[in-house]
Amino acid sequence: MARHVVASVEEFDKTDRKLVQVKGRPIVVFRLGEEWFAMSNRCPHMGGSLCEGQLISLVEAERPGEVTMSREGEILRCPWHGWEFDIRTGQSRARPAAFRSRQHPVSVVSGAEAESVGNLETFEVRRDGRYVVVEI
Amino acid sequence: MNIETNPQAQDAGGAKVRTGIADCDIHPSPRDFEKEVYPFLETRWQRYIESYGMVQRVGFMGGTQYPKGQPRASRRDSFPPGGGGPGSDLAFMRQQHLDPHNVELGVMIPLRVGQQILNIDLAIAICSAMNDWQIAEWTSQEPRLKGSILTAYQDAGAAVREIERHAGKDDFVQVSMLSRTPEPMGNRMYWPIYEAAAAAGLPVGVHAFGYGGTPVTGGGWPSYYMEDMMAHSQSCQALITSMVFEGVFERIPGFRLVIVEAGIAWLPALAWRLDAIWRKNRGELTAVKRPPSDYIRECIWLTSQPIEEPDTRQHLVDAIDWIGWDRVLYASDYPHWDFDDPQQVLPVKLTRAQRDNFFRDNAFSAYGLSDG
Ligand code: FES
Repeated sequence: MARHVVASVEEFDKTDRKLVQVKGRPIVVFRLGEEWFAMSNRCPHMGGSLCEGQLISLVEAERPGEVTMSREGEILRCPWHGWEFDIRTGQSRARPAAFRSRQHPVSVVSGAEAESVGNLETFEVRRDGRYVVVEI
Repeated sequence: MNIETNPQAQDAGGAKVRTGIADCDIHPSPRDFEKEVYPFLETRWQRYIESYGMVQRVGFMGGTQYPKGQPRASRRDSFPPGGGGPGSDLAFMRQQHLDPHNVELGVMIPLRVGQQILNIDLAIAICSAMNDWQIAEWTSQEPRLKGSILTAYQDAGAAVREIERHAGKDDFVQVSMLSRTPEPMGNRMYWPIYEAAAAAGLPVGVHAFGYGGTPVTGGGWPSYYMEDMMAHSQSCQALITSMVFEGVFERIPGFRLVIVEAGIAWLPALAWRLDAIWRKNRGELTAVKRPPSDYIRECIWLTSQPIEEPDTRQHLVDAIDWIGWDRVLYASDYPHWDFDDPQQVLPVKLTRAQRDNFFRDNAFSAYGLSDG
Protein backbone atom coordinates (compact mmCIF):
# COMPACT_ATOMS: atom_id res chain seq x y z
CA MET A 1 0.00 0.00 0.00
CA ALA A 2 1.25 3.41 -0.91
CA ARG A 3 0.30 6.68 0.76
CA HIS A 4 -1.00 9.56 -1.31
CA VAL A 5 -1.55 13.18 -0.41
CA VAL A 6 -5.00 13.94 -1.81
CA ALA A 7 -6.11 17.28 -0.36
CA SER A 8 -5.32 19.96 2.15
CA VAL A 9 -7.44 20.09 5.27
CA GLU A 10 -8.66 23.61 4.38
CA GLU A 11 -10.41 22.20 1.35
CA PHE A 12 -12.86 20.69 3.83
CA ASP A 13 -13.68 24.01 5.51
CA LYS A 14 -16.95 24.36 3.64
CA THR A 15 -17.70 20.76 2.69
CA ASP A 16 -17.73 17.40 4.38
CA ARG A 17 -16.51 15.48 1.35
CA LYS A 18 -14.25 15.55 -1.66
CA LEU A 19 -13.89 13.33 -4.70
CA VAL A 20 -10.25 12.67 -5.56
CA GLN A 21 -8.45 10.49 -8.07
CA VAL A 22 -5.67 8.26 -6.89
CA LYS A 23 -3.85 6.33 -9.59
CA GLY A 24 -6.86 6.89 -11.80
CA ARG A 25 -9.23 5.51 -9.22
CA PRO A 26 -12.06 7.68 -7.89
CA ILE A 27 -11.96 7.87 -4.11
CA VAL A 28 -14.33 9.86 -1.94
CA VAL A 29 -12.97 11.34 1.29
CA PHE A 30 -15.36 12.35 4.08
CA ARG A 31 -14.68 14.48 7.09
CA LEU A 32 -16.88 13.90 10.11
CA GLY A 33 -15.73 16.38 12.73
CA GLU A 34 -12.17 15.33 13.42
CA GLU A 35 -12.59 11.91 11.86
CA TRP A 36 -11.73 11.06 8.30
CA PHE A 37 -12.95 8.28 6.05
CA ALA A 38 -12.14 7.29 2.50
CA MET A 39 -13.72 4.75 0.22
CA SER A 40 -14.01 3.87 -3.41
CA ASN A 41 -16.48 6.24 -5.01
CA ARG A 42 -18.15 3.42 -6.94
CA CYS A 43 -21.12 1.88 -5.19
CA PRO A 44 -20.62 -1.90 -5.09
CA HIS A 45 -24.19 -2.41 -6.27
CA MET A 46 -24.18 -0.75 -9.71
CA GLY A 47 -21.53 1.90 -9.56
CA GLY A 48 -23.47 4.97 -8.37
CA SER A 49 -21.19 7.85 -7.40
CA LEU A 50 -21.07 7.70 -3.60
CA CYS A 51 -19.80 11.25 -3.17
CA GLU A 52 -23.27 12.39 -4.30
CA GLY A 53 -24.89 10.36 -1.51
CA GLN A 54 -26.39 11.65 1.71
CA LEU A 55 -24.84 11.07 5.11
CA ILE A 56 -27.72 10.04 7.33
CA SER A 57 -28.21 8.47 10.74
CA LEU A 58 -28.53 4.83 11.59
CA VAL A 59 -32.24 4.19 11.74
CA GLU A 60 -33.34 1.08 13.60
CA ALA A 61 -36.58 -0.24 14.97
CA GLU A 62 -36.97 -2.99 17.55
CA ARG A 63 -40.57 -3.33 16.51
CA PRO A 64 -42.91 -1.36 14.25
CA GLY A 65 -43.27 2.24 15.38
CA GLU A 66 -40.35 2.18 17.82
CA VAL A 67 -37.78 3.91 15.72
CA THR A 68 -34.43 5.06 17.04
CA MET A 69 -31.84 7.19 15.33
CA SER A 70 -28.21 7.13 16.28
CA ARG A 71 -24.73 7.68 14.84
CA GLU A 72 -25.69 10.87 13.03
CA GLY A 73 -23.91 11.27 9.71
CA GLU A 74 -22.28 7.85 9.81
CA ILE A 75 -24.45 6.08 7.27
CA LEU A 76 -23.86 6.83 3.62
CA ARG A 77 -26.84 6.44 1.30
CA CYS A 78 -26.10 5.82 -2.37
CA PRO A 79 -27.66 8.48 -4.63
CA TRP A 80 -29.06 5.86 -6.98
CA HIS A 81 -30.90 2.96 -5.37
CA GLY A 82 -30.44 4.15 -1.82
CA TRP A 83 -28.33 1.31 -0.42
CA GLU A 84 -26.85 2.33 2.89
CA PHE A 85 -23.24 1.79 3.93
CA ASP A 86 -21.61 2.13 7.31
CA ILE A 87 -19.00 4.84 6.86
CA ARG A 88 -16.72 3.16 9.44
CA THR A 89 -16.65 -0.31 7.95
CA GLY A 90 -18.02 0.16 4.44
CA GLN A 91 -20.47 -2.63 5.13
CA SER A 92 -23.83 -2.58 3.42
CA ARG A 93 -26.64 -2.22 5.96
CA ALA A 94 -29.02 -4.44 4.01
CA ARG A 95 -26.64 -7.27 3.15
CA PRO A 96 -23.54 -6.87 5.29
CA ALA A 97 -22.18 -10.27 4.36
CA ALA A 98 -22.49 -9.79 0.62
CA PHE A 99 -21.59 -6.17 -0.05
CA ARG A 100 -19.17 -3.67 1.33
CA SER A 101 -17.78 -0.48 -0.12
CA ARG A 102 -14.03 -0.48 -0.36
CA GLN A 103 -12.46 1.47 2.50
CA HIS A 104 -9.05 3.10 2.52
CA PRO A 105 -7.12 4.27 5.59
CA VAL A 106 -6.92 8.08 5.89
CA SER A 107 -4.68 10.22 8.02
CA VAL A 108 -3.95 13.90 8.43
CA VAL A 109 -0.31 14.95 8.41
CA SER A 110 1.64 18.17 8.69
CA GLY A 111 3.22 19.80 5.67
CA ALA A 112 6.63 18.61 6.75
CA GLU A 113 5.45 15.02 6.93
CA ALA A 114 3.50 15.34 3.67
CA GLU A 115 6.73 15.99 1.84
CA SER A 116 8.05 12.66 3.00
CA VAL A 117 4.94 10.84 1.80
CA GLY A 118 5.86 11.49 -1.79
CA ASN A 119 3.16 11.35 -4.47
CA LEU A 120 3.01 15.11 -4.40
CA GLU A 121 2.96 15.87 -8.11
CA THR A 122 -0.31 17.73 -7.95
CA PHE A 123 0.34 19.39 -4.63
CA GLU A 124 2.12 22.38 -3.44
CA VAL A 125 2.74 21.70 0.19
CA ARG A 126 3.22 24.43 2.75
CA ARG A 127 5.25 23.34 5.74
CA ASP A 128 2.73 24.82 8.16
CA GLY A 129 -0.29 23.31 6.35
CA ARG A 130 -2.16 20.12 7.17
CA TYR A 131 -2.84 17.48 4.55
CA VAL A 132 -5.09 14.51 4.03
CA VAL A 133 -3.31 11.27 3.13
CA VAL A 134 -5.04 8.20 1.73
CA GLU A 135 -3.47 4.76 1.60
CA ILE A 136 -4.12 2.62 -1.42
CA MET B 1 -21.48 -4.73 -35.10
CA ASN B 2 -19.76 -3.47 -31.97
CA ILE B 3 -22.10 -2.20 -29.32
CA GLU B 4 -20.33 -0.12 -26.73
CA THR B 5 -21.83 1.38 -23.60
CA ASN B 6 -18.66 3.35 -23.16
CA PRO B 7 -17.82 5.77 -25.98
CA GLN B 8 -14.13 5.77 -25.02
CA ALA B 9 -13.76 2.06 -25.63
CA GLN B 10 -11.26 1.03 -28.20
CA ASP B 11 -11.54 -2.00 -30.37
CA ALA B 12 -8.60 -4.30 -30.91
CA GLY B 13 -7.30 -2.24 -33.81
CA GLY B 14 -7.30 0.90 -31.68
CA ALA B 15 -10.10 2.56 -33.64
CA LYS B 16 -12.84 4.26 -31.68
CA VAL B 17 -15.99 2.20 -31.46
CA ARG B 18 -18.84 4.52 -32.26
CA THR B 19 -21.85 2.27 -32.37
CA GLY B 20 -24.15 3.48 -29.65
CA ILE B 21 -26.88 1.93 -27.61
CA ALA B 22 -30.63 2.40 -27.50
CA ASP B 23 -32.14 3.44 -24.18
CA CYS B 24 -35.88 2.83 -24.28
CA ASP B 25 -37.00 4.68 -21.17
CA ILE B 26 -35.86 8.22 -20.40
CA HIS B 27 -38.02 10.69 -18.51
CA PRO B 28 -37.87 14.33 -19.48
CA SER B 29 -39.88 16.88 -17.57
CA PRO B 30 -40.57 20.58 -18.07
CA ARG B 31 -38.26 22.82 -16.15
CA ASP B 32 -40.95 25.44 -15.98
CA PHE B 33 -44.43 24.25 -16.97
CA GLU B 34 -45.76 27.75 -17.61
CA LYS B 35 -42.85 28.85 -19.70
CA GLU B 36 -42.45 25.66 -21.70
CA VAL B 37 -45.93 24.12 -21.97
CA TYR B 38 -48.32 27.07 -21.71
CA PRO B 39 -47.40 28.26 -25.22
CA PHE B 40 -49.10 25.10 -26.51
CA LEU B 41 -52.23 25.44 -24.34
CA GLU B 42 -55.23 27.61 -25.03
CA THR B 43 -55.61 30.48 -22.53
CA ARG B 44 -58.79 28.96 -21.13
CA TRP B 45 -56.85 25.87 -20.06
CA GLN B 46 -54.09 27.96 -18.55
CA ARG B 47 -56.69 29.75 -16.43
CA TYR B 48 -58.38 26.45 -15.62
CA ILE B 49 -55.15 24.93 -14.30
CA GLU B 50 -54.49 28.01 -12.19
CA SER B 51 -57.98 27.82 -10.63
CA TYR B 52 -58.64 24.10 -10.37
CA GLY B 53 -55.33 22.30 -10.90
CA MET B 54 -54.89 19.01 -12.72
CA VAL B 55 -56.87 16.52 -10.68
CA GLN B 56 -56.08 12.88 -11.31
CA ARG B 57 -57.79 9.68 -10.22
CA VAL B 58 -55.91 9.74 -6.96
CA GLY B 59 -56.60 11.54 -3.70
CA PHE B 60 -53.60 13.85 -3.88
CA MET B 61 -53.17 17.04 -5.86
CA GLY B 62 -49.42 17.12 -6.11
CA GLY B 63 -48.05 13.77 -5.06
CA THR B 64 -48.59 10.08 -5.49
CA GLN B 65 -50.09 7.47 -3.18
CA TYR B 66 -46.69 6.30 -2.00
CA PRO B 67 -43.67 8.44 -1.16
CA LYS B 68 -40.95 7.47 -3.62
CA GLY B 69 -37.56 5.95 -2.83
CA GLN B 70 -35.74 9.24 -3.44
CA PRO B 71 -36.89 12.86 -3.83
CA ARG B 72 -38.73 13.38 -7.14
CA ALA B 73 -38.29 9.60 -7.57
CA SER B 74 -34.88 10.53 -8.95
CA ARG B 75 -31.21 9.84 -8.58
CA ARG B 76 -29.84 12.41 -6.19
CA ASP B 77 -27.10 13.25 -8.63
CA SER B 78 -29.57 14.00 -11.43
CA PHE B 79 -30.68 17.45 -10.24
CA PRO B 80 -29.14 19.77 -12.83
CA PRO B 81 -26.52 22.09 -11.33
CA GLY B 82 -28.19 25.05 -13.06
CA GLY B 83 -31.51 24.39 -11.29
CA GLY B 84 -34.74 22.75 -12.39
CA GLY B 85 -35.88 19.21 -11.71
CA PRO B 86 -34.24 15.97 -12.83
CA GLY B 87 -34.59 15.41 -16.57
CA SER B 88 -35.37 19.07 -17.26
CA ASP B 89 -32.06 20.20 -18.71
CA LEU B 90 -31.01 18.82 -22.08
CA ALA B 91 -27.38 19.93 -21.76
CA PHE B 92 -27.05 18.18 -18.42
CA MET B 93 -28.82 15.06 -19.69
CA ARG B 94 -26.31 14.90 -22.51
CA GLN B 95 -23.43 15.33 -20.14
CA GLN B 96 -24.62 12.94 -17.43
CA HIS B 97 -26.29 10.27 -19.51
CA LEU B 98 -26.41 10.41 -23.31
CA ASP B 99 -22.70 11.08 -23.93
CA PRO B 100 -21.01 8.92 -21.28
CA HIS B 101 -23.25 5.93 -22.03
CA ASN B 102 -23.04 6.33 -25.75
CA VAL B 103 -26.81 6.54 -26.16
CA GLU B 104 -27.61 6.83 -29.83
CA LEU B 105 -31.36 6.35 -29.58
CA GLY B 106 -33.07 7.62 -26.44
CA VAL B 107 -36.81 7.04 -26.15
CA MET B 108 -38.48 9.65 -23.97
CA ILE B 109 -41.62 8.92 -22.00
CA PRO B 110 -42.95 11.98 -20.17
CA LEU B 111 -44.81 10.93 -17.03
CA ARG B 112 -47.08 12.60 -14.52
CA VAL B 113 -48.37 15.33 -16.80
CA GLY B 114 -51.43 14.86 -18.92
CA GLN B 115 -52.62 11.29 -18.95
CA GLN B 116 -55.49 10.24 -16.73
CA ILE B 117 -56.54 13.70 -15.61
CA LEU B 118 -60.19 13.52 -14.56
CA ASN B 119 -61.35 16.44 -16.67
CA ILE B 120 -61.11 14.68 -19.99
CA ASP B 121 -60.99 17.85 -22.10
CA LEU B 122 -58.12 19.12 -20.01
CA ALA B 123 -56.38 15.76 -20.35
CA ILE B 124 -56.71 15.96 -24.12
CA ALA B 125 -55.36 19.54 -24.20
CA ILE B 126 -52.41 18.78 -21.96
CA CYS B 127 -51.41 15.58 -23.77
CA SER B 128 -51.45 17.51 -27.00
CA ALA B 129 -49.40 20.37 -25.50
CA MET B 130 -46.89 17.90 -24.04
CA ASN B 131 -46.41 16.39 -27.48
CA ASP B 132 -45.64 19.78 -28.98
CA TRP B 133 -43.35 20.43 -26.02
CA GLN B 134 -41.42 17.23 -26.71
CA ILE B 135 -40.71 18.45 -30.22
CA ALA B 136 -39.90 22.05 -29.25
CA GLU B 137 -37.69 21.38 -26.26
CA TRP B 138 -36.18 18.00 -27.04
CA THR B 139 -36.43 16.17 -30.35
CA SER B 140 -35.85 19.26 -32.52
CA GLN B 141 -32.74 19.99 -30.49
CA GLU B 142 -31.31 16.53 -29.99
CA PRO B 143 -31.69 14.02 -32.82
CA ARG B 144 -30.68 11.13 -30.55
CA LEU B 145 -33.88 11.64 -28.56
CA LYS B 146 -37.29 10.48 -29.75
CA GLY B 147 -40.63 11.14 -28.13
CA SER B 148 -43.77 9.20 -27.22
CA ILE B 149 -47.16 10.48 -28.31
CA LEU B 150 -49.15 11.07 -25.12
CA THR B 151 -52.84 10.38 -25.49
CA ALA B 152 -55.84 10.92 -23.25
CA TYR B 153 -56.83 7.33 -23.86
CA GLN B 154 -60.09 7.53 -21.91
CA ASP B 155 -61.36 9.18 -25.08
CA ALA B 156 -60.26 6.95 -27.94
CA GLY B 157 -61.48 9.38 -30.61
CA ALA B 158 -59.34 12.18 -29.25
CA ALA B 159 -56.39 9.81 -28.87
CA VAL B 160 -56.71 8.75 -32.50
CA ARG B 161 -56.76 12.38 -33.66
CA GLU B 162 -53.61 13.06 -31.66
CA ILE B 163 -51.86 10.02 -33.13
CA GLU B 164 -52.85 11.10 -36.63
CA ARG B 165 -51.59 14.62 -35.98
CA HIS B 166 -48.10 13.24 -35.42
CA ALA B 167 -48.07 10.16 -37.64
CA GLY B 168 -45.10 10.15 -39.97
CA LYS B 169 -43.04 12.64 -37.93
CA ASP B 170 -39.71 11.23 -36.99
CA ASP B 171 -39.93 12.96 -33.61
CA PHE B 172 -42.00 10.10 -32.21
CA VAL B 173 -41.38 6.36 -32.05
CA GLN B 174 -44.41 5.17 -30.08
CA VAL B 175 -47.81 5.95 -28.64
CA SER B 176 -47.76 6.15 -24.87
CA MET B 177 -50.21 4.67 -22.38
CA LEU B 178 -49.89 3.89 -18.68
CA SER B 179 -50.49 0.40 -17.33
CA ARG B 180 -53.17 1.15 -14.75
CA THR B 181 -56.05 2.04 -17.00
CA PRO B 182 -59.67 2.63 -15.98
CA GLU B 183 -60.72 -0.46 -17.99
CA PRO B 184 -58.60 -3.53 -18.79
CA MET B 185 -56.46 -2.82 -21.84
CA GLY B 186 -58.11 -5.41 -24.04
CA ASN B 187 -61.40 -3.55 -23.73
CA ARG B 188 -62.81 -2.51 -27.07
CA MET B 189 -62.98 1.13 -26.01
CA TYR B 190 -59.23 1.22 -26.68
CA TRP B 191 -59.14 -0.65 -29.98
CA PRO B 192 -59.29 2.47 -32.17
CA ILE B 193 -56.09 3.66 -30.46
CA TYR B 194 -54.33 0.40 -31.24
CA GLU B 195 -55.57 0.54 -34.83
CA ALA B 196 -54.35 4.12 -35.25
CA ALA B 197 -50.96 3.23 -33.79
CA ALA B 198 -50.62 0.24 -36.11
CA ALA B 199 -51.69 2.36 -39.08
CA ALA B 200 -49.03 4.93 -38.18
CA GLY B 201 -46.46 2.14 -37.93
CA LEU B 202 -45.93 2.83 -34.23
CA PRO B 203 -46.01 0.45 -31.28
CA VAL B 204 -47.97 1.31 -28.16
CA GLY B 205 -45.54 1.70 -25.26
CA VAL B 206 -47.22 0.92 -21.96
CA HIS B 207 -45.28 2.38 -19.09
CA ALA B 208 -45.93 1.10 -15.57
CA PHE B 209 -47.88 3.41 -13.22
CA GLY B 210 -50.83 5.64 -13.91
CA TYR B 211 -54.02 6.03 -11.92
CA GLY B 212 -56.93 4.00 -13.16
CA GLY B 213 -58.96 4.69 -10.04
CA THR B 214 -58.61 1.17 -8.66
CA PRO B 215 -56.19 -0.02 -5.96
CA VAL B 216 -52.70 -0.84 -7.18
CA THR B 217 -53.08 -4.55 -6.45
CA GLY B 218 -55.94 -6.94 -7.06
CA GLY B 219 -56.15 -7.33 -3.29
CA GLY B 220 -56.39 -3.65 -2.42
CA TRP B 221 -53.97 -1.02 -1.20
CA PRO B 222 -50.66 -2.40 0.09
CA SER B 223 -48.64 -0.81 2.87
CA TYR B 224 -45.41 0.05 1.14
CA TYR B 225 -44.07 1.83 -1.93
CA MET B 226 -42.08 -1.28 -2.79
CA GLU B 227 -45.36 -3.18 -3.09
CA ASP B 228 -46.63 -0.49 -5.44
CA MET B 229 -43.50 -1.16 -7.54
CA MET B 230 -43.95 -4.92 -7.43
CA ALA B 231 -47.56 -4.55 -8.47
CA HIS B 232 -46.47 -3.41 -11.93
CA SER B 233 -45.75 -6.95 -12.98
CA GLN B 234 -49.27 -7.91 -11.88
CA SER B 235 -50.91 -5.06 -13.76
CA CYS B 236 -48.89 -5.84 -16.88
CA GLN B 237 -49.73 -9.54 -16.70
CA ALA B 238 -53.38 -8.59 -16.39
CA LEU B 239 -53.25 -6.22 -19.34
CA ILE B 240 -51.45 -8.69 -21.59
CA THR B 241 -53.97 -11.38 -20.65
CA SER B 242 -56.80 -8.99 -21.39
CA MET B 243 -55.36 -8.00 -24.77
CA VAL B 244 -54.72 -11.61 -25.78
CA PHE B 245 -58.11 -12.92 -24.70
CA GLU B 246 -60.04 -9.98 -26.16
CA GLY B 247 -58.33 -10.74 -29.44
CA VAL B 248 -56.47 -7.44 -29.84
CA PHE B 249 -53.44 -9.07 -31.43
CA GLU B 250 -55.62 -11.25 -33.64
CA ARG B 251 -57.82 -8.40 -34.83
CA ILE B 252 -55.25 -5.70 -35.45
CA PRO B 253 -52.54 -6.81 -37.85
CA GLY B 254 -49.24 -5.08 -37.30
CA PHE B 255 -50.07 -4.07 -33.73
CA ARG B 256 -46.96 -3.97 -31.53
CA LEU B 257 -46.75 -3.56 -27.78
CA VAL B 258 -43.77 -2.46 -25.65
CA ILE B 259 -44.10 -3.05 -21.92
CA VAL B 260 -41.98 -0.57 -20.00
CA GLU B 261 -40.66 -0.88 -16.44
CA ALA B 262 -42.57 -3.85 -15.16
CA GLY B 263 -39.79 -6.45 -14.89
CA ILE B 264 -39.34 -9.21 -17.44
CA ALA B 265 -38.87 -12.66 -15.94
CA TRP B 266 -42.60 -13.24 -15.38
CA LEU B 267 -43.45 -13.21 -19.08
CA PRO B 268 -42.53 -16.83 -19.94
CA ALA B 269 -44.59 -18.21 -17.05
CA LEU B 270 -47.55 -16.08 -18.09
CA ALA B 271 -47.31 -17.35 -21.66
CA TRP B 272 -47.18 -20.97 -20.49
CA ARG B 273 -50.30 -20.54 -18.40
CA LEU B 274 -52.20 -18.67 -21.07
CA ASP B 275 -51.47 -21.43 -23.58
CA ALA B 276 -52.75 -24.09 -21.22
CA ILE B 277 -55.90 -22.13 -20.37
CA TRP B 278 -56.60 -21.29 -23.99
CA ARG B 279 -56.36 -24.92 -25.11
CA LYS B 280 -59.04 -25.91 -22.61
CA ASN B 281 -61.32 -22.92 -23.08
CA ARG B 282 -61.46 -22.31 -26.78
CA GLY B 283 -65.25 -22.34 -26.64
CA GLU B 284 -65.22 -19.16 -24.60
CA LEU B 285 -62.12 -17.49 -26.02
CA THR B 286 -63.35 -17.45 -29.58
CA ALA B 287 -61.39 -14.35 -30.60
CA VAL B 288 -58.12 -16.16 -29.94
CA LYS B 289 -57.17 -18.21 -32.97
CA ARG B 290 -53.61 -19.17 -32.11
CA PRO B 291 -51.83 -20.11 -28.89
CA PRO B 292 -51.40 -16.95 -26.78
CA SER B 293 -47.63 -17.45 -26.70
CA ASP B 294 -47.59 -16.95 -30.49
CA TYR B 295 -49.01 -13.44 -30.16
CA ILE B 296 -46.76 -12.66 -27.24
CA ARG B 297 -43.69 -13.86 -29.12
CA GLU B 298 -44.60 -11.88 -32.23
CA CYS B 299 -46.07 -8.66 -30.92
CA ILE B 300 -44.62 -7.88 -27.48
CA TRP B 301 -41.30 -6.40 -26.37
CA LEU B 302 -40.24 -5.68 -22.80
CA THR B 303 -37.83 -3.05 -21.50
CA SER B 304 -35.19 -4.30 -19.13
CA GLN B 305 -35.28 -1.89 -16.21
CA PRO B 306 -35.73 -2.61 -13.32
CA ILE B 307 -34.05 -5.82 -14.29
CA GLU B 308 -34.27 -8.80 -11.98
CA GLU B 309 -31.07 -9.37 -10.00
CA PRO B 310 -31.01 -13.06 -9.01
CA ASP B 311 -28.09 -14.23 -6.86
CA THR B 312 -27.34 -16.84 -9.47
CA ARG B 313 -26.91 -14.47 -12.35
CA GLN B 314 -27.25 -17.17 -14.94
CA HIS B 315 -30.94 -17.43 -14.02
CA LEU B 316 -31.51 -14.07 -15.68
CA VAL B 317 -29.95 -15.40 -18.86
CA ASP B 318 -32.25 -18.43 -18.66
CA ALA B 319 -35.26 -16.14 -18.31
CA ILE B 320 -34.23 -14.11 -21.36
CA ASP B 321 -33.62 -17.36 -23.27
CA TRP B 322 -37.27 -18.22 -22.62
CA ILE B 323 -38.53 -14.75 -23.51
CA GLY B 324 -36.33 -14.52 -26.62
CA TRP B 325 -33.17 -12.44 -26.99
CA ASP B 326 -34.88 -10.46 -29.71
CA ARG B 327 -37.53 -9.19 -27.30
CA VAL B 328 -35.82 -7.38 -24.43
CA LEU B 329 -34.87 -3.73 -24.85
CA TYR B 330 -32.29 -2.02 -22.69
CA ALA B 331 -33.75 0.85 -20.64
CA SER B 332 -32.10 3.03 -18.02
CA ASP B 333 -35.11 4.89 -16.56
CA TYR B 334 -32.90 7.97 -16.33
CA PRO B 335 -33.17 10.14 -14.23
CA HIS B 336 -35.23 8.02 -11.86
CA TRP B 337 -33.74 6.52 -8.75
CA ASP B 338 -34.05 2.93 -9.88
CA PHE B 339 -31.81 3.67 -12.89
CA ASP B 340 -29.98 0.69 -14.44
CA ASP B 341 -26.46 1.47 -15.62
CA PRO B 342 -25.80 -0.08 -19.04
CA GLN B 343 -22.36 -1.22 -17.99
CA GLN B 344 -23.71 -3.12 -14.99
CA VAL B 345 -27.15 -4.20 -16.03
CA LEU B 346 -26.28 -7.66 -17.33
CA PRO B 347 -23.40 -8.89 -15.21
CA VAL B 348 -23.00 -12.07 -17.21
CA LYS B 349 -21.04 -13.07 -20.24
CA LEU B 350 -23.06 -12.49 -23.40
CA THR B 351 -22.47 -13.43 -26.97
CA ARG B 352 -21.95 -10.63 -29.44
CA ALA B 353 -25.40 -11.27 -30.91
CA GLN B 354 -27.07 -11.16 -27.50
CA ARG B 355 -25.40 -7.85 -26.67
CA ASP B 356 -26.24 -6.33 -30.01
CA ASN B 357 -29.86 -7.37 -29.68
CA PHE B 358 -30.28 -6.25 -26.09
CA PHE B 359 -28.54 -2.91 -26.36
CA ARG B 360 -29.58 -1.86 -29.81
CA ASP B 361 -31.07 -4.02 -32.54
CA ASN B 362 -34.25 -5.00 -30.69
CA ALA B 363 -35.13 -1.35 -30.18
CA PHE B 364 -34.82 -0.64 -33.87
CA SER B 365 -37.15 -3.52 -34.71
CA ALA B 366 -39.64 -2.78 -31.93
CA TYR B 367 -39.98 0.84 -33.06
CA GLY B 368 -39.78 -0.02 -36.74
CA LEU B 369 -36.72 2.15 -37.33
CA SER B 370 -34.05 1.49 -39.87
CA ASP B 371 -30.68 1.22 -38.25
CA GLY B 372 -28.44 3.67 -40.02
S1 FES C 1 -25.67 1.80 -7.39
FE1 FES C 1 -25.63 2.29 -5.31
S2 FES C 1 -27.42 1.47 -4.57
FE2 FES C 1 -27.42 0.84 -6.62
